[in-house]
Amino acid sequence: MEKLLKKGAEASLYRTEWFGDEVIRKARILKTFRQLNLDIKLRESRTRREALFLREAKRAGITTPLVYFVDLIKAEIIMQFIHGRSLKEIIESDDEDISLKWCTEVGRYVARLHKVDMIHGDLTTSNFVISHNKLVMMDFGLSFYSQRLEDRAIDIHLLNMVVQSAHNNYAENIMRAVLQGYQEIASKLNSLRLLERIKVVERRGRYKRVE
Amino acid sequence: MKSLETSTGEQEDSRLEITCLGIESTAHTFGVSIISQRGSAKPEILSDIRSIYQPEKGKGIHPREASRHHAKVAATTVAEALKKAKKPIESVDIVSFSQGPGLGPCLRVGAVVARSISAYFHLPLIPVNHAVAHIELAAMLTGTSDPLVLLVSGGHTVITSLTSGRWRVFGETLDITIGQLIDQFGRTAGFSSPFGKTFEEYAKTSQNYIDLPYTIKGNDVSFSGLLTASKRLFHDKKNLEDICFSIQETGFAMLAESVERALVFTEKDELLLVGGVAANNRLQNMLQEVCKIHKAKFYFVPKIFSGDCGAQISWNGLQEFKAGIKLNISDSLVKPSWRLDEVVINWKSF
Repeated sequence: MEKLLKKGAEASLYRTEWFGDEVIRKARILKTFRQLNLDIKLRESRTRREALFLREAKRAGITTPLVYFVDLIKAEIIMQFIHGRSLKEIIESDDEDISLKWCTEVGRYVARLHKVDMIHGDLTTSNFVISHNKLVMMDFGLSFYSQRLEDRAIDIHLLNMVVQSAHNNYAENIMRAVLQGYQEIASKLNSLRLLERIKVVERRGRYKRVE
Repeated sequence: MKSLETSTGEQEDSRLEITCLGIESTAHTFGVSIISQRGSAKPEILSDIRSIYQPEKGKGIHPREASRHHAKVAATTVAEALKKAKKPIESVDIVSFSQGPGLGPCLRVGAVVARSISAYFHLPLIPVNHAVAHIELAAMLTGTSDPLVLLVSGGHTVITSLTSGRWRVFGETLDITIGQLIDQFGRTAGFSSPFGKTFEEYAKTSQNYIDLPYTIKGNDVSFSGLLTASKRLFHDKKNLEDICFSIQETGFAMLAESVERALVFTEKDELLLVGGVAANNRLQNMLQEVCKIHKAKFYFVPKIFSGDCGAQISWNGLQEFKAGIKLNISDSLVKPSWRLDEVVINWKSF
């Protein structure tokens, strides 16, 4: 009855049932290539964070899958199954104005998280799914609490890097849409400080020219 | 170029032999290599001579001292490369040099030598990006077709793949490189750089893992916290073998995770490991396992060509020349911060 949906980098997703509901079992599998105690520490803490942030993000007005059950020993989460397509697929195949509309929504989501001191930590276009005309944010395994401007800037910087590499033809428009959405939610001052800080983070990268 | 008088048209092209003299001088290595290729046949590395600047124990590369070393050995290294290749300078068709990224003073020595040869013998001058050259030589030697690449060295820690004409970055270090982590720790412990080989030997003799900071941010890694914590362990008089082992296990696990994420995201079915740190067996084994999980083929650059060398510059120079890339001497200023993803790739890589 259980079916492997996706073998991700750190977890496998299985489609299964939970007391009659259609759910996803997200299992962080043991990696034999790294030290066992490091592996256990990483899988446990990421499962814990993910469960916590899936719930806490809802308070900030963000749509996330419902959590049904968490097993820290097995490093597993049972969560709501979300029907839909990833933002990555939509950017690759749909009209640009449709994908840009969703990118603006991404910016709003990120700003709402940041407003309550939450950092997603792994923003990519494959960590958003559009379902029933709603944006769903997921994959909170690297999320953490922080009030530092630096951490917010890195959050956006990482998304920018993914977009530049994976969607290079639309990269500028996508990031413009994301930042526009961000500025709708965050205060003007906070947005400006964030933009400044993103530049600082970028300049620190290897072989980035200081201008 | 020895154009054959008897042949005509396309046939002529396919039999044409081009010989390139390539000069590497981005950091500690001054290297010269001669590579010949007939048509699109497998290129031949005729010589690859290196002279490596050794900083004193506990010290890193001093750019000025390294450049003095390069200037001193330049003429003899070029002569030796020609001699070993059994090619007189007259049979060289093009000259390529590493234009960046790297240490300014070191880059300028290689550039001066390349410009001089180019001007005196009227040979085309070809600029090469050092990072691209690492990848291209490894791709040629291993025969990969469309890999995800992990480039790890003193100057680079980057995960990249060729997408619409550029090496796009899918993950990289947010601060220092894995090579810097290893070398800088080594210098704290009183060793000379590069420390990679000794580091691996020490790590091999321990099984005692000490908890160290593991920092992954999205697809990116950060090693600065790991370096600080490792230095602290050393000052706390912890066993050197255990520290090396723990740095290796932590740092490489971070790299393995980033690679795994990028592999899934880009859906590539090949991984190519290149750069000086690619010579490390533990890193190779970890990545081999990652590839097994995701049914990707794993390749790594042969050990002798993993570090900086002239062959990288010579081979990439040849590729570029065939794609019509040339440089006027007046435009040949070195580029110390020339990022991999700025280079437009218009030659057939694989």
